[in-house]
Amino acid sequence: MRELSLNVLDIAQNSIVAGATLVELVVSEDTVNDRLTLVIADNGRGMTPEQLERVRDPFYTTRTTRKVGMGVPLFRMAAEMAGGELIIRSTVGEGTTVTATFGLKHIDRMPLGDMAGTVSTLIRLNPHLDFVYRHEVDGQSFELDTRILREVLDGVPLSEPDVMEWIDGNMAEGLLPLNRQA
Amino acid sequence: MREGSHEGTRIVVGMATCGIAAGARPVLNAFVEEIAKRNLQNVTVVQTGCIGMCQFEPIVEVIAPGKEKVTYGMMSPEKAVRVVTDHIVNGNPVAEFTVAKLMK
Repeated sequence: MRELSLNVLDIAQNSIVAGATLVELVVSEDTVNDRLTLVIADNGRGMTPEQLERVRDPFYTTRTTRKVGMGVPLFRMAAEMAGGELIIRSTVGEGTTVTATFGLKHIDRMPLGDMAGTVSTLIRLNPHLDFVYRHEVDGQSFELDTRILREVLDGVPLSEPDVMEWIDGNMAEGLLPLNRQA
Repeated sequence: MREGSHEGTRIVVGMATCGIAAGARPVLNAFVEEIAKRNLQNVTVVQTGCIGMCQFEPIVEVIAPGKEKVTYGMMSPEKAVRVVTDHIVNGNPVAEFTVAKLMK
């Protein structure tokens, strides 16, 4: 993975496989404490403590749950080599929250990359699911919530080219005023 | 929807860890943009997991009704545009981009 936003896209696939109807993606840049935090939170089926324990193992994968493989270990490695850590909280029937922290200015921190591209890809491929993307930089923030868009669209699918074009434009415009470092 | 309509052409992009790491996201977006630009109807872009040929990722399968499935490997956004023009629009699969060709 060359961009953290690709890790986010990869981890979010796990949420989708877990039957989530809402996936929240949060990017938080804190220049005061030199911290970058990425959160992928879902309302999917969650994991048992035993499964959670084995997610650390890159060789843990089965055919039925094969989305659990290299994705989590790669994300953990990206965080740990940049002075951060990966924390996964999960409750069966409630969902899973993956939180990765990084030293914002750490020399080995991978660039965040095209986060809007990740969000756009997720919405395009899963127009029946809801996504929230929040990007915070030192207290300022941008948020995209497909639940709000859905209300306004009144039945028009999110995957409609005109709608996706608007979403892409909205993200580009909304992210612009933030003084992003990641 | 993931399954989409089976009447039209389906473009299936591998979006597992291997595919994403190899560059599946820009490939997928190139397909979507080219299809929207050309206003192609009955063409859907869907995702799949790892199909076990990680060394050839990004892998894209094109399934046109009544035709045999064509599997492309080591795709790029530029190759995606070519596949839309030659294969999807004109019905001529791009032999040089196929996994079968890459394995030779």
